[in-house]
Amino acid sequence: MPRWQGTLKKIDDYRWEIPQSYKAGMSVPGLIYADEAMLEHIREDQTPEQVANVACLPGIVAKSLAMPDIHWGYGFPIGGVAATRVEDGVISPGGVGYDINCGVRLLRTNLMKEKVSPKIEELVSELYRAIPSGVGSQGRLRLGQKEIDKVLVMGARWAVEQGYGEARDLEVTEANGSMPGGDPQCVSTKAKQRGGPQLGTLGAGNHFLEVEVVEEIYEPAIAAVMGIEKVGQVLLLIHTGSRGFGHQVCTDHLVTMGAAVQRYGIHLPDRQLACAPVKSPEGKDYFAAMVCAANYAWANRQCITHWARECFVKVFGQSQRELGLEMVYDVAHNIAKMEEHEVDGKRVSLCIHRKGATRAFPTGHPEVPAIYAEIGQPVLIPGDMGRYSYVLVGTQRAMEETFGSTCHGAGRLQSRTAAKRSQRGVDVARRLAQRGITVKTGSMASLAEEASEAYKDVTAVVEVTHRAGISRKVAKARPLGVVKG
Amino acid sequence: MSKRFEVIEHTADVCIAAYGSDVKEAFANAAYALFSLMIDLKHVSDNLDREVEVTAENQQDLLVAWLNELIYLFEVEGILFKRFRIDELTETKLKSRCYGEKVDPVRHKIRVGVKAATYHMLKVEKNNGFRVQVLFDI
Repeated sequence: MPRWQGTLKKIDDYRWEIPQSYKAGMSVPGLIYADEAMLEHIREDQTPEQVANVACLPGIVAKSLAMPDIHWGYGFPIGGVAATRVEDGVISPGGVGYDINCGVRLLRTNLMKEKVSPKIEELVSELYRAIPSGVGSQGRLRLGQKEIDKVLVMGARWAVEQGYGEARDLEVTEANGSMPGGDPQCVSTKAKQRGGPQLGTLGAGNHFLEVEVVEEIYEPAIAAVMGIEKVGQVLLLIHTGSRGFGHQVCTDHLVTMGAAVQRYGIHLPDRQLACAPVKSPEGKDYFAAMVCAANYAWANRQCITHWARECFVKVFGQSQRELGLEMVYDVAHNIAKMEEHEVDGKRVSLCIHRKGATRAFPTGHPEVPAIYAEIGQPVLIPGDMGRYSYVLVGTQRAMEETFGSTCHGAGRLQSRTAAKRSQRGVDVARRLAQRGITVKTGSMASLAEEASEAYKDVTAVVEVTHRAGISRKVAKARPLGVVKG
Repeated sequence: MSKRFEVIEHTADVCIAAYGSDVKEAFANAAYALFSLMIDLKHVSDNLDREVEVTAENQQDLLVAWLNELIYLFEVEGILFKRFRIDELTETKLKSRCYGEKVDPVRHKIRVGVKAATYHMLKVEKNNGFRVQVLFDI
């Protein structure tokens, strides 16, 4: 793949603009959040071109944004944020991706590392056994057609009503785990067939469950509100999405969007950017189906949470309450949301596409849970298996610059094939073991593909968002044990 | 036999190019590539088959539709396909019979899950035979 040769205008140490004049069709400039060292990597392939292509979407406002974990995707870059006007703009399934509402959920515990380390093998094995993972994995639930439709409308609330978790979990889930506007009639039978047996499964690829230990707290007062009190405290991170259900929803609607592009006379630089006006029948149908997939994903993470809690209870012989196994937050990083933001001094209804980007709302925003009103919305950033993950909070600056969005993770550096060439899964497992990290996976090949070396250093990514002011570092954790899909 | 397909580097996903003396063969090899990404097809037999028929606006889209149909059948019925007979292929319609085996968790180690075939970098081109290119989200 050729290096990208375009112009990047330096705004400051962490902001780089692709001028609107870079290519015909751009209706806004592009803006990449990165430091100079990252920029070198970002230029190595056609990632910035994708940022420029997104700037061509009808109705896009302000800028086509790219977070520091940006990498080359298809159509949209991964790590991209695009806001389009609801009134006369478009919605694009490519701006959400196939894994709709892939996201992250964090739980805290009262346990300290000293108590967990001796039992980590047992705990990871229990988690691996209780939560099905791997390609095409099927869950423990068997849902009929009517029940699936309820999941699609109710999301995590369905799971809680079935006894998987508690009402408080919903309060600290983005959109309360139950996004309004889902219509199961806009979802194909195929999607329901794919998704039916997979509810309550981790899946494969970069999805994981991670038992981790707090290593550093940057903002003790803020962390304390989240129940993160001291270094050495054990946390649980869950990273998964809407499984085959979401993949099929995206596949189906890209077909209808392809036809819509012609019908509405939309000119696009890349077919995978296929889109339709937000207010068109195609646009509305996609959104209603996407909401169903988002709700499916929240139900999925909710069921997994319940079984993970059971594993902790079993391994440590204490009740959930004694263990203090409470949710910190759950946030989506592949989603489109209808939100109101200020653009050029006016409130505007926008369709915010976050593809590999996390919502990061500031203190006092009505969508931030009441208990976090004073600190802002928690932002959960998984790293990779060998390194760190971070807890951040949203900021006012994010609200002003990025429609309340920040990065979502480490971001790939190396292709999957290159990662596999340079290391074998067993070696990756051994190296992790040497660093005190226990890994359980059904697929050694998948382990090699997800090796740390294949990713940017999440610390560098988070540092850029922190210094640029679009989110604020609260705490850092490192893995003790990982279940890898 | 000449090369059936090759993998082209892409950071987050996997792009393949498949070859054939005619377009049917190139399509069949693209499907072969798809399942080769998931598993070493040496370990898969072809004792069951499915008729797979798709329609689309044009031949490029037909390739995506067909591959996505196979991904759907893999997930819903658990079939790994290894042999593909394309009986009819026009600009807008494809009829095929695809042969494979149900996944056996003991014998079959699936390397990677494929979410979908995308339209990004999609190509169906003729030069010295046919070459098709498709990017999979994995």
